Amino acid sequence: MAQKLSLQQWIAQAEEKNLTFARFCLQRQATDMETTEAALLARMEALLPVMRDSVQAGLRGQRSIGGLVGGDAVKMEAFRAGNPDKSVVGPVLSEAITMALAVGEANASMGRIVAAPTAGSSGVLPAVLFALGKSHGLSDRQLGEGLLVAGAIGMVVASRATLSGAAGGCQAECGAAAAMAAGAAVDLCGGRPAQVGEAVAMALKNMLGLVCDPVAGLVEVPCVKRNAGAAAQALVAAEMALAGIKSVIPVDEVIDAMGSVGAALPATLRETARGGLAETPTGREWAKKLFAGEGKGKDASR
Amino acid sequence: MNIFDVIGPIMIGPSSSHTAGAVRLGNVARLILGEAVREARIGLHGSFAETHQGHGTDLALVAGLLGWATDDLRIPRSFEFAEAAGLTVAFSEIHLGELAHPNSVRFELTGQEGGRSEVTGASIGGGRVLVTRVDDFPVELTGDFATLLVTHRDRPGVISLVTGVLGHQGINIAQMRVSREQKGARALMVLETDQTVTDEALRAIAALPPVEAARRIQID
Repeated sequence: MAQKLSLQQWIAQAEEKNLTFARFCLQRQATDMETTEAALLARMEALLPVMRDSVQAGLRGQRSIGGLVGGDAVKMEAFRAGNPDKSVVGPVLSEAITMALAVGEANASMGRIVAAPTAGSSGVLPAVLFALGKSHGLSDRQLGEGLLVAGAIGMVVASRATLSGAAGGCQAECGAAAAMAAGAAVDLCGGRPAQVGEAVAMALKNMLGLVCDPVAGLVEVPCVKRNAGAAAQALVAAEMALAGIKSVIPVDEVIDAMGSVGAALPATLRETARGGLAETPTGREWAKKLFAGEGKGKDASR
Repeated sequence: MNIFDVIGPIMIGPSSSHTAGAVRLGNVARLILGEAVREARIGLHGSFAETHQGHGTDLALVAGLLGWATDDLRIPRSFEFAEAAGLTVAFSEIHLGELAHPNSVRFELTGQEGGRSEVTGASIGGGRVLVTRVDDFPVELTGDFATLLVTHRDRPGVISLVTGVLGHQGINIAQMRVSREQKGARALMVLETDQTVTDEALRAIAALPPVEAARRIQID
């Protein structure tokens, strides 16, 4: 995308027209894509069952391809159901953590997911949307609007910075996902467009600098648990924005900062598995165990 | 990019570039060959070579060669289905040079009817792909647009014959590129069109005397 989009501009336009940010995005996107608002919303809503299935797949406790992750969503679910009074964070975040892990694990085990914005960060949006959907009694129509808001935010991030871990580190994947989910959460909970922008800024700020350092190069460690962390950041940022707290740095500038931090990250910390957690003794050990001596697939029989 | 590139695609995990992109590369390669694949020699470069097993990239490339979509639940078992379909696959590591994208692959394909194609491409992020070479011809194919690939003898008037057929069918050409091995030798025409190339147009172009083969490349 050659042209840089501006979230601040969209927010100002939405405020001026006195529209919720979801309504504004719906109108703008429908015009852009030469389709009707109803058709656009229906297409978004159609992604929700796929997201729900990916949560369910993770809750069945599948093991990942590399075998590094799997079964943690099941543990969270059992803890939530069995010991609700022992929960540190309360039901909404606890549920979000569970679902983020579930989708992350489903993804790592070659399950079907909706990349949002990427496969590695696909747990964040379903976690935040479904947890809020339950606590706030939201309809699928409303959740579809939430996805639309998230998508619009993601487009701005893609145009000003990047959504790729190889280009910008995990701040570009899980960080962008957190920002997208935070904005959607604010809109779904009745926040103004301006508050959506504050939430996006604050969520992304709290994920700034996050490196992409996958152990053995797989989308397993630390990716799955980072999805849970990003979901938490989204909820924290949304809560602050709804309280009227503002980001000192305007949202477009935060996104630009993420882009320049990403570009400044050494290649070892951008999805190459040559730095960070991937280069710890245990990380190296796993890489050796999984890939050494196999000739990395010189034959087709895995 | 549109909003469904950010929220989507629906895909089989774990990696949009290593898995979904790999399926799409296989899809495009199969369409370029223009028939069911009998034998595939797949060279993996860079990150594809390093991590293809952990990401299921190998399974995804084969799924693409079978013509499956990025969200086909059979992807983890694509090797079994390939065997049943009479498709043999061999993987190797290759080095395409420092300038090649880290997620690059080269297919050497033989079809069930004996056709052969060599296709090189890369997974460039978020599931999007770019095919950079078909046989000996440099190309830039994304699979995002309706694309027509025509191999033909390099001689005067071929371009007007092909574009004439498209014009008669009401198919508008958005972009085109022609390259040839050498003067008078084999040449390749890549045409991106606003409308999908109809079966009728495809047949008519394939029947033109100087044309060797006409193939339609479009995925999703």
